[in-house]
Amino acid sequence: MQLVLEKRAERSNTIALVSPLIAIGLTIVTMTILFAILGKNPVLALHAYFIAPLTDGYSLQEIAVKATPLVMIAIGLSLCYLANAWNIGAEGQFLIGAVAGSWIAVKTQGTDAGAWVLPAMLVLAAAAGALYALIPAICKVKFGASEILTSLMLVYVADLLMDYLVRGPWRDPKGFNFPTTAEFDPVATVPLLIEGGRLHFGSIIALLVVAAAAILLGRTIKGFEIRVVGAAPRAARFGGFNANQLIILTFAVSGALAGLAGIIEVAGPVGHLQPGISPGYGFTAIIVAFLGRLNPIGILIAGLFLALTFIGGEQAQIAMKIPLDVTKVFQGILLFYVLACDSLILYRFKLVFPNRQVIRGAG
Amino acid sequence: MRKSLLALAAGLLLAGSVSAASAADKLKVGFIYLGPIGDLGWTYQHDQARLALEKELGDKIETTYLENVPEGPDAERAIEQLVRAGNKLIFTTSFGYMDPTLKVAKKYPNVHFEHATGYKREKNMSTYSSRWYQGRYIQGLIAAKMSKSGVLGYIGSFPIPEVVSGINATMIAAQSINPNIKVKIIWANTWFDPGKEADAAKALIDQGADVIMQHTDSPAAMQIASERGKLAFGQDSEMIKFGPKTQLTSILDTWAPYYIARVKAELDGTWKSEDTWGGLDSHMFAMAPYTNMPDDVKKIAEDAQAAITAGKLHPFKCPVIGQDGKEIECKGGANLDDGQILGMNFYVKGIDDKLPGK
Repeated sequence: MQLVLEKRAERSNTIALVSPLIAIGLTIVTMTILFAILGKNPVLALHAYFIAPLTDGYSLQEIAVKATPLVMIAIGLSLCYLANAWNIGAEGQFLIGAVAGSWIAVKTQGTDAGAWVLPAMLVLAAAAGALYALIPAICKVKFGASEILTSLMLVYVADLLMDYLVRGPWRDPKGFNFPTTAEFDPVATVPLLIEGGRLHFGSIIALLVVAAAAILLGRTIKGFEIRVVGAAPRAARFGGFNANQLIILTFAVSGALAGLAGIIEVAGPVGHLQPGISPGYGFTAIIVAFLGRLNPIGILIAGLFLALTFIGGEQAQIAMKIPLDVTKVFQGILLFYVLACDSLILYRFKLVFPNRQVIRGAG
Repeated sequence: MRKSLLALAAGLLLAGSVSAASAADKLKVGFIYLGPIGDLGWTYQHDQARLALEKELGDKIETTYLENVPEGPDAERAIEQLVRAGNKLIFTTSFGYMDPTLKVAKKYPNVHFEHATGYKREKNMSTYSSRWYQGRYIQGLIAAKMSKSGVLGYIGSFPIPEVVSGINATMIAAQSINPNIKVKIIWANTWFDPGKEADAAKALIDQGADVIMQHTDSPAAMQIASERGKLAFGQDSEMIKFGPKTQLTSILDTWAPYYIARVKAELDGTWKSEDTWGGLDSHMFAMAPYTNMPDDVKKIAEDAQAAITAGKLHPFKCPVIGQDGKEIECKGGANLDDGQILGMNFYVKGIDDKLPGK
């Protein structure tokens, strides 16, 4: 007797709906065992991870704040990935957006510049992110250079450019030479939604981006084009769709969204430009995009869910003294199960009995 | 099913109330760490102090820490999480937590904060740091005595004042022994990256350096120096096990006395916002045993340590000559004042390197 994976004739929509639930169930079982081995009460630990952060307004705000850049970047990336264009450099586009927007904030510092500053920062950041993403896209279209490599390498260029600026020309003159710009003026800061909280206007922008992407993919020809080029390139060619044009377009859009997320993060929760403004958002967003199955609503849920594991992980560290490593194991196990269960959408388990036919023949 | 759910809920409630009751009697003290705790280095030394704190005052306090908190947008949330979990005194142990700590401090005026190595303070936010340049001065003396080639290798992390003042103190001390001493500097642009630090050490040795000094965290440079038969200084922690025949001494971060004093003040209700910049005299740091050197060098080091501790020797005694040969303005009377050292943005004469951004 043998257990094999067999390709389904068509994708199973039931499993597509149920698989995240199976994954979460398996994660809970695994973590329960792990917590028990560590000598922690599994019920309390899982409560700290999953339930406690959802029960107070403060944690809910924090989840939204954490999810905002992830969702915005992941939406852009999903358009690329749907069109079979592999933008791995969202981290760099995020940083370039942050740098470009900060340029206005730094140059207008202390000048009572007026209300145009923040909108200008957002527009410039999006434009800079888009232009930066166009470099690998054009290299791909014109010269056939692998966009995976070029977009990834440009992350380091962006990182070092920002590093140079905050250590040199843009350094806070009153900052004892520490590598950071001065705090942005109020006109250069993303407004808060709740007084005394941390939830900011960027979260609204993220929701608008999700809605726009849902409409684009679900209701427009362009969205259809993106999906066809990705899923069936030959059919797309016969249909007269221009794949190269789509690579340029999706890269530009995803670069713009990453750049926008960058300046929102800098002018919002951080308040100034400094090294380390991104704890790897551009890379985590790749996980969010796939976890959300490249679907706008799915990405919104995945982003919020990943944020929940971060916030819950911290609360578990504080309340239960569970080490950070366990939080990381937890996230890893969760992703593993989600992806593993997803394979059941296209495949199914089958028991194979190699001897069966022989027995029949004999009978 | 319904019953078991109810039992579960009751259990949760009970467990919650029990822990709340026992915690209410104790002062909760929180810590934010930059790295994982590990076996040595910056975060490890802070955690050693936390453990010392628990040992000393364990019946009156309860400590909690969050490790690996990046100095970006996550820091403010991590600090606020500690506040919301009931911590009344919170140590944020890296420079990059300065603005996040300040934001949370303004929001929670009844919670006290202690921020390491920063310069922004509030009514409820103190800062604390160490005068490591004193230790660097002693290392400079030893290095100049022990170097045969007359070339020292220095692995810098970031060109911030704390690091620059360490390089200058080293050079001033070394020049007092050997006026022609040279120092080669490599900026690793990291606090912790064993690969980069090892490469830097190799490059420095290839350029003729025979004593390696570092302002980065890992023992990689010590291991390279050991392999190549050179000498080196440790950093933050005791690193002698990585170079038993290599380590001359190491600057050890000893935060425990300060942490214990501050927590006691909090318990007594006498905690006030302060700016503490402690040196050898207040035991904010210590020198590891002087090893792998002849007795006369050891004596020079010990004498310098005693003189600095007694306040008789200041590494930045005027006149301090800048890289361009001009004398640096002497704002502190007999020596540079604290502000000049805290914001140090120049090299002293004889350093053959250019400060980035200058």
